[in-house]
Amino acid sequence: MVVRLGRQINAEARERVRRLLWLLQAEPIAAVRSLHPAYCSVLVSFDPARATHAEVGRALEGYLERLDTVRLPPPRVVEIPVCYGGEHGPDLEELAAHCGLAPSGVVELHASGDYTVDFLGFAPGFAYLSGLSPRLATPRLAVPRRRVPAGSVGIAGEQTGVYPFSTPGGWRLIGRTPLKLFDAGREPMSLLEIGDRVRFAAVEAERAWQ
Amino acid sequence: MAVIEVLSPGLLTTVQDLGRHGYGHLGVSPSGAADPVALRLGNRLVGNPESAAALEMTLAGGRFRFPDGAVVALAGADFEGAPLWTTLEVGPEQTLSVGAARSGARCYLCVRGGIAVPLFLGSASTQLACALGGFHGRRLRRGDLLETAAAQGPVARRALSPRALEYLAPSNTLRVTRGPEWESFDASSGEAFLSTPYRVAADSDRAGLRLEGASLVSCFATASTMLACGAGLQPAAPQAKPPAPRGSAFPRGLRSRTLAMRAPGGMITEGVDLGTIQAPPSGQPIILFVEQQTTGGYPRIGVVASVDLFRVGQLRPGDEVRFRLVSLEEAVRLIREQEQLLASEEFLFAD
Repeated sequence: MVVRLGRQINAEARERVRRLLWLLQAEPIAAVRSLHPAYCSVLVSFDPARATHAEVGRALEGYLERLDTVRLPPPRVVEIPVCYGGEHGPDLEELAAHCGLAPSGVVELHASGDYTVDFLGFAPGFAYLSGLSPRLATPRLAVPRRRVPAGSVGIAGEQTGVYPFSTPGGWRLIGRTPLKLFDAGREPMSLLEIGDRVRFAAVEAERAWQ
Repeated sequence: MAVIEVLSPGLLTTVQDLGRHGYGHLGVSPSGAADPVALRLGNRLVGNPESAAALEMTLAGGRFRFPDGAVVALAGADFEGAPLWTTLEVGPEQTLSVGAARSGARCYLCVRGGIAVPLFLGSASTQLACALGGFHGRRLRRGDLLETAAAQGPVARRALSPRALEYLAPSNTLRVTRGPEWESFDASSGEAFLSTPYRVAADSDRAGLRLEGASLVSCFATASTMLACGAGLQPAAPQAKPPAPRGSAFPRGLRSRTLAMRAPGGMITEGVDLGTIQAPPSGQPIILFVEQQTTGGYPRIGVVASVDLFRVGQLRPGDEVRFRLVSLEEAVRLIREQEQLLASEEFLFAD
């Protein structure tokens, strides 16, 4: 069951998504199996052997009425060190040319941005970030790479993001972070969570992987 | 504690249980057995809890040596070499050889005590795409040594009843409920979806089954301005698709994944559930499966009813499937009926 909390991608919808997620995690509905937040909605996945759609819907209405009373903790600020360009960001120069900027200009714009985690989804620890400068918007690669190293920082369309795992991928790679976005042996496993503020900081390769 | 030595892993064999639920907000899919009904019944044939971890074999089974002997059962698709749906005794130092699938896609080797591996988020299931869970996060290889957990007491030898076998018999019709964007598809697409067969493509895997058949056209997907911001794990545009490898069914987890953000004036990425049938701009539908992406941006024409999800796990490349529409109420009634049957010893087991 999808609960829609807005019609557009904006801060207000994100805030309502965070509040509903927070409420549903604090006071779980018994038959609910998993919650998938997104830009303006939360998918509430439940066990139909234990509850009907009508029953879950009624329970959710009660939560929605209480959204305004939720006091969320202030967002965390997470700094992600990035080694831009070179072997870690093989597409930096081409992307710079596409945007009519010098490579250093791309780095400056990207690293000075103020980003917000709209939600985690798609793959473990993958953060949908808003806040990319429109000047850096670039289409994705026509032919995706067979393998993108974990930690690669990329741009695709109006989005920027960090690959949590080594996978095939078509984003334009401008750098790489040594941080693990998702680590099963760490608590919390995901470096980022919904609502976090994110800053990228340019660092030298030697320092980054020390 | 006993040991199983993998002499030959078969085509694609992984450790699976009933999956990890409740981590969608971290982007973690449930994974778990592709045919959970087979896993549950196989576990009961060896006296395990239904949720115990077992080996999921895909299209071709493997060879396994049991230095200490074991009580085992094969459950799911009919693979050559060993009887299905019955409790089997393997003597010390004996080898169990499982051949190719005669029909269906997946067979579970359930072992008394269950396969013991470290749990990740409460589950032994392997998620291949990100190398999480299971046996070192990967498919089994020759020479791997698996451990089984200790189990108390004797096990009754038994087999499934003819009635149960009839209920589990393969069916190529999947019941579906309307997807959230059902109304966005044009009338002929809705009709084609429910009246024409779709073929399971070779590049299907545990993350999703790609289908080939009548094109499904949604007013969202036809917006030519649609941004396919694939993280790509897979290009959204069909013409950019790399050639599908032949003969390697189901091996990789990310092949079926696609990532789109939104189309201006169109769909905004939302959470997607197991069994969701989405239609990317190519019009060729994809059933999101156990290692699914947790969010997606393509219009969803339908959702496979829970009662038939286990049947999706038995579809193999080249199979034809048809979809039949049921109401939400009917879908709930059907899954509850299935759970009642699975709870009935009298229905399930032969005397």
